[in-house]
Amino acid sequence: MAISVKVIRRPEAARSSYLRAALKGMSLTFRHMVNPRKVTRSYPEEPTELHPRWRGTHRMEVHADGRPKCVACGLCPTVCPANCIRLVGGEDDQGNRYPIVYEIDEFRCIFCGMCQEVCPVEAIHVGQHFENAEYTRERFVYDLDRLMEQEHPVTALWDPSDPASE
Amino acid sequence: MNELSPTAFLIASAVKVLAVFTALMVAIMYATWAERRLSAFIQDRLGPNRVGPFGLLQPIADGLKNIIKEETDPATASRFFFVLGPMLSIMPALVTFAVIPFAAPLPTPWGTVDMIVADLPVGVLYILAISSLGVYGIFLGGWSSNNKYALLGGLRASAQMVSYEVGLGLSLIPVMMLAGNVTLTRMVADQQLGLWYILPLSLGFLLFLISAFAETNRLPFDMPEAESELVTGYHTEYSSMKFSMFFIAEYAHVITASALMATLFLGGWDIPFWAGDNFIPYEGGLISGFTAAGDPIPAQLSIWTTLLTLGAFMLKTTFFVVLYIWVRWTLPRFRYDQVMHLGWKVMLPTALAYVMLVGATILVLDQLGVSGGPGFALALTAVSLVATGMFALYLDRGRIITGAAPAGRAARAVPAAHP
Repeated sequence: MAISVKVIRRPEAARSSYLRAALKGMSLTFRHMVNPRKVTRSYPEEPTELHPRWRGTHRMEVHADGRPKCVACGLCPTVCPANCIRLVGGEDDQGNRYPIVYEIDEFRCIFCGMCQEVCPVEAIHVGQHFENAEYTRERFVYDLDRLMEQEHPVTALWDPSDPASE
Repeated sequence: MNELSPTAFLIASAVKVLAVFTALMVAIMYATWAERRLSAFIQDRLGPNRVGPFGLLQPIADGLKNIIKEETDPATASRFFFVLGPMLSIMPALVTFAVIPFAAPLPTPWGTVDMIVADLPVGVLYILAISSLGVYGIFLGGWSSNNKYALLGGLRASAQMVSYEVGLGLSLIPVMMLAGNVTLTRMVADQQLGLWYILPLSLGFLLFLISAFAETNRLPFDMPEAESELVTGYHTEYSSMKFSMFFIAEYAHVITASALMATLFLGGWDIPFWAGDNFIPYEGGLISGFTAAGDPIPAQLSIWTTLLTLGAFMLKTTFFVVLYIWVRWTLPRFRYDQVMHLGWKVMLPTALAYVMLVGATILVLDQLGVSGGPGFALALTAVSLVATGMFALYLDRGRIITGAAPAGRAARAVPAAHP
């Protein structure tokens, strides 16, 4: 809820009534005292509503059998402007490529969302989540398992036919 | 009315001292809580609501924090007076409450216990004497800190309290004239028989209210603290529990002033329109009034009337405490010269004139053969209302009738000279 700004035309100070002004002020504060306008959000209890295109903590999509969807093509570390993705790819017996190491440093990430846009198999996503405090800096480097564990909704991509998301 | 034996009196007094002190400290705790919550509501915030239900345990958390916090002693402070300041500040604020009657007498198997710590015959004078001692704590604290802001705060505090002490004392003289007494219990008894003094002495109440705001250093008279000018004024250099002492003293002053206003002008523990709670000392006994023929009706004491009247007293006091908070978060601070102008050039002459007016009215009514009863009270009420109206008109330079002129409109009436 936005707080609007009200512009008040001031009466000339020399011709205004002090007592009336004081009583008017008292009645105004009394109305607020008995019926305060609720503009504060009690944050941890009332979570913030995030926009569908909010870009936050990453998430790796998984196949039904629990394997990551990532095919280790190397596009996301290439496109990443902050250079925060480390990818070492490997190949199994059937010739399927898969990531051996996939790490994202959430501290270096600028949450531009280009990794999600560039991913050919829709594996890596940025998500609608931001509450990721940790006690050590090392914990901010998310490895593959941790990225796969994330459960928050993923970010909706920008739709050129609906530029303002309406 | 059966007297207490000396031993029972001692025990009852000790119990009363302990109970009143505890109740007062709890009341102070919840006054700070109420201040923070109500100010938050006024400003559309939530206020402290985390510690306990509705934040009710917040004062305890604050107290614990203040005790555990590190205490800093300014190196250049005058150590002896620096420590003495908070002590001198909190002491008068607490002992003033001793003479305020807070409920109807309580019947016990050992005799009737008056619900007042010390029923001093000089009650009002005692309050005036003790409450003005509070300025020593503030001034010593401000001076011994060796800090210019604290010194300025202390100076302002002493100037302001001296100025408004005059208005405070003079606004009480009509009350004493009307009661014919300076004992607070007798004033309550007098108000139970007649009207509450707020009606026959409305201007006296107004003057006392303004002076009480100034005496307790609350906005719009918080010159000694003046956050935007003097950091926090006299307690700038104080930390942890010593700061807390000043804080407690301020709220103790507020509560005592509220209780005093309730006692002097709103009938104390009197419940209006009910004769069952009237306990008026009359010829060695307690009576609840007179029959139409003029015979005294003996009073019926019970623990329930005591509790009910205690509730009434607490309700009235709470009303004034809320008024204090409400005014603080509405009105802006006066400029220093405006405070002095109001104190010396407005309050003092008005209070003096009002003393004369009430004295003259009582004298005239006496000469006409009316010295009590509804006619007497109504005549005084009418005179006081007229006086209050004139005072308001003067304070507002005659504009209370015309009101605020919107910007841009041509001046209709040329205002009189600025007072």
